[in-house]
Amino acid sequence: MSLISTLARLEAVHSGRAQPTATVRHRHLSEHPLVLVPLTTAGEAGAPLGALVGTDRDAPRLLVVPQPRDRDLRFAFLAELADVVLPYIDTFADDVEAAERNETDPETGKRVKVEVELCADAPQLIVPSRAGIELVRLLGRSMRFRRTAEQDPETPHPAPPRVPLLGRWLTHFGERARVPGSALLLALTEVLGRHWATGQSSLEDQHLAALLAWIDPPDGVSGAEAALDAELRRDARGQLVCPPAGPATDPAFDNKLLAPAIERYDRARTALAAAEDGLEADDRLGELTAAEREIRSLVESVTRPTWDAVWHGLDLLRALPEGAHAVDRWTRDRWSFTGHRDRIVAGEPPQPRRDDAVTAANKLATREREQARLDAQEALDDPLVMAGRRLAGEAFAGEVIDVVMAYSEGKSPRPRPLVTVRTDDRPHLGERVKVFRSLGGKPQSAEFVGHEEDGALIVLRVVDKMGRGKEPETGSLPEKGDRICFTLFEHEQRGGAKLPDQEETPWTHGGPPGEESAVQESADPVTEEDVL
Amino acid sequence: MPPPRTRGTALRHRLAELRGPDVPAKALDARALAALAANPGCKRRAILDGAGVNKAVLADALGSPSAFGQSQFAFMRGNAFEARVKADGGAELLRLVHEKLDAGAEPPTRARVPKLDAIGPEGRAARTALALREATEAAAWTLLDHPMLALDVAGSPAFLEPDAVVVHPDGSWTVVEIKSFPMLDGSADPAKVGAAARQSAVYVLALEEVAAKLDPAPRVRHRVLLVCPKDFSNLPTASAVDVRKQRAVTGRQLARLTRIEDIADTLPEGTCFAPDRPTAELTAAVESVPAAYAPECLAACELAFHCRDHSRASGAVTSLGRSLRAELGDLTTVDEVLSAAHGESGDPDDPAVAALRRAAELRAEALESAAAPRPEEAPCL
Repeated sequence: MSLISTLARLEAVHSGRAQPTATVRHRHLSEHPLVLVPLTTAGEAGAPLGALVGTDRDAPRLLVVPQPRDRDLRFAFLAELADVVLPYIDTFADDVEAAERNETDPETGKRVKVEVELCADAPQLIVPSRAGIELVRLLGRSMRFRRTAEQDPETPHPAPPRVPLLGRWLTHFGERARVPGSALLLALTEVLGRHWATGQSSLEDQHLAALLAWIDPPDGVSGAEAALDAELRRDARGQLVCPPAGPATDPAFDNKLLAPAIERYDRARTALAAAEDGLEADDRLGELTAAEREIRSLVESVTRPTWDAVWHGLDLLRALPEGAHAVDRWTRDRWSFTGHRDRIVAGEPPQPRRDDAVTAANKLATREREQARLDAQEALDDPLVMAGRRLAGEAFAGEVIDVVMAYSEGKSPRPRPLVTVRTDDRPHLGERVKVFRSLGGKPQSAEFVGHEEDGALIVLRVVDKMGRGKEPETGSLPEKGDRICFTLFEHEQRGGAKLPDQEETPWTHGGPPGEESAVQESADPVTEEDVL
Repeated sequence: MPPPRTRGTALRHRLAELRGPDVPAKALDARALAALAANPGCKRRAILDGAGVNKAVLADALGSPSAFGQSQFAFMRGNAFEARVKADGGAELLRLVHEKLDAGAEPPTRARVPKLDAIGPEGRAARTALALREATEAAAWTLLDHPMLALDVAGSPAFLEPDAVVVHPDGSWTVVEIKSFPMLDGSADPAKVGAAARQSAVYVLALEEVAAKLDPAPRVRHRVLLVCPKDFSNLPTASAVDVRKQRAVTGRQLARLTRIEDIADTLPEGTCFAPDRPTAELTAAVESVPAAYAPECLAACELAFHCRDHSRASGAVTSLGRSLRAELGDLTTVDEVLSAAHGESGDPDDPAVAALRRAAELRAEALESAAAPRPEEAPCL
């Protein structure tokens, strides 16, 4: 945490309200996001208990697994989830625009431009918290290797159709969420925490209701009081008034309300199975339905507050103007979405359990590059972020006090004007260090020449973006009296060295994939006591 | 040299007084020890744990109940999984130990599973020590199911119960930790694995104390076996976890804990943490021992909410996170920092104060410029 955001936290303590740590919104928000508030069963790996899901804040769809240990009920839940999520994804898959991409021509080996489709917009999934993202990944992993009866008639416990497909999409969303600055799958607490500093620790900020209480406390209450209330207040039955945003539930809820309800459901089911005639079965079916309804209402009671909180958080974020570069990163998300759409259409197998060496190296390189891009773009979009970089000595801002024309030596001298900037910042400048400023959205570079007046004046030599002529083009140079800002970091990220194709994986990294990797990965084996 | 008996008795007497008459002592478990070692500066936790005070009950009596609790679903699943792992005389468990830790040894066919029943924790600890000695001499695969180990913590004994300890044919000992979080495609949640490793490190330390009393002292392996459910199933899978680092850290931290009698000596006469005392009296008693609250306590200590309230009320910056302290130098309260940042106090030559003022200036400037409409071309000014 930088000193500036530390200061913001302390100011939040003092004022009783969260303080901004960004002046623009650094993530693109879709007009129609799909919100997912999932709950899991404690102690089971990825056993969903229920979820609220949908794109309409007033009409979420409630999905419930009345007995989370029952494999069939779990599949029914996942099938229902697929019925909500997949049509939503499909609405974005068909609306495309033409775009160009550089590809290597397989025959000539030259880089050529290829006309390809790019989806005009992409789906966006919002979950309440970081743990929600992990659950999306986990659900994706649990579903993508399953087989439907259609794919493999012999498979034991076939998955409902579309469930494996949902698994592949959720895996893609989960994987994309690891790329810094991406917005296909967002955890609301993280996005809110990026834009506001509260008067509590970042650990406590993971509680969505408490975080919102700091950012937008009810009238007449301080953020601190409202957050404490959200965190701890319990009703007469000992239940939290603001249930945790999940996916984990409060133990008191599990033990006092959910467990007895599930037990009643189990009893009703056993009774129904033992019914001897139609009349008795009818009665017992009624009991079973009532027991199921009770569990549904319990699950709804602990997901609905979170559902409303998520939309409240989205409202708060939407009130901020979107940062200029956020849309650029969203375009990358659209590419990512289009790419996965194409892989599915082409009938490629699901993402493997483990990436091969080349894919893994590519993923890591992408994440590093996108992190650098995100850091640079956020600073360029937002003076408050830039202030942090200035404090860290990675940028400086000031007034131009002199511009002197100078030329490079050589046959055809090029303009290399000297610009003197007065600044209060103390950047870490070494000899001939390159610095950059934004000129019409493109970076213009300059070299550090020297300090004057004990560091208060910085002399720079501008080296590019001045046109082809002997005289710099008008507007390409700062003028005396201009306020300008230079950064020591680059504004645009270059791609790293190209990695070999998968078939040419060097022996140091396990060699090319052999025949075993061509075999489709099998689903997780099912065992007797398996709870999934 | 053991301390004179009278001194030990005096301390035990004093701790019983602190706990309150007729209040049974709550035994320290490995989780609590690991948490204590993670925050060795907290005298409050040290004395309360040392005296065997039930902190959850105390927190209730103080009016800041803890939020800990285990869902019965997790509890049932955890128990069912452990029973499955140990079923059939521990055959599956020993197979995993053999495969992951000691593949060179003869494969376990029939393991000895000695009975460890005895009365009271001291009795069980003695029984465990005996079983360990016999198994080491027998040089055969032996599974100790829920043994009891004693560890001296800041002058008072703690009794620990690992899930299992396995004695190898070569006479070395391995700690086994059974957890119910899944190992998915060979990897598990690093935070949970870390917690399990810290907990196991405490068992390793305690086992080493037992081993030191034998001649020749058997080797306690520093690679423990973590057993978890595989993927989405209920089948056990395991991984060897190297706990050398956690063992060294925990050992050092436990040695650093202020001796409990030293803390007890600083308490005013008549201090008592019995939950039936009036709240005001209890609060005064708790406040008479200094705490070192940090947000991490929320996940590890029953008294955290109480300490947090007091830490916040006093304006301590650590209530916002330990890392904050690093960049704030001598300034420890919110008001101090803010007044230094706004130039109302503090020494401008102090680098921490100078950096704060610069940060406050830059922040104010940026917020101001963002509030005013700005030209398209200079987004960073």
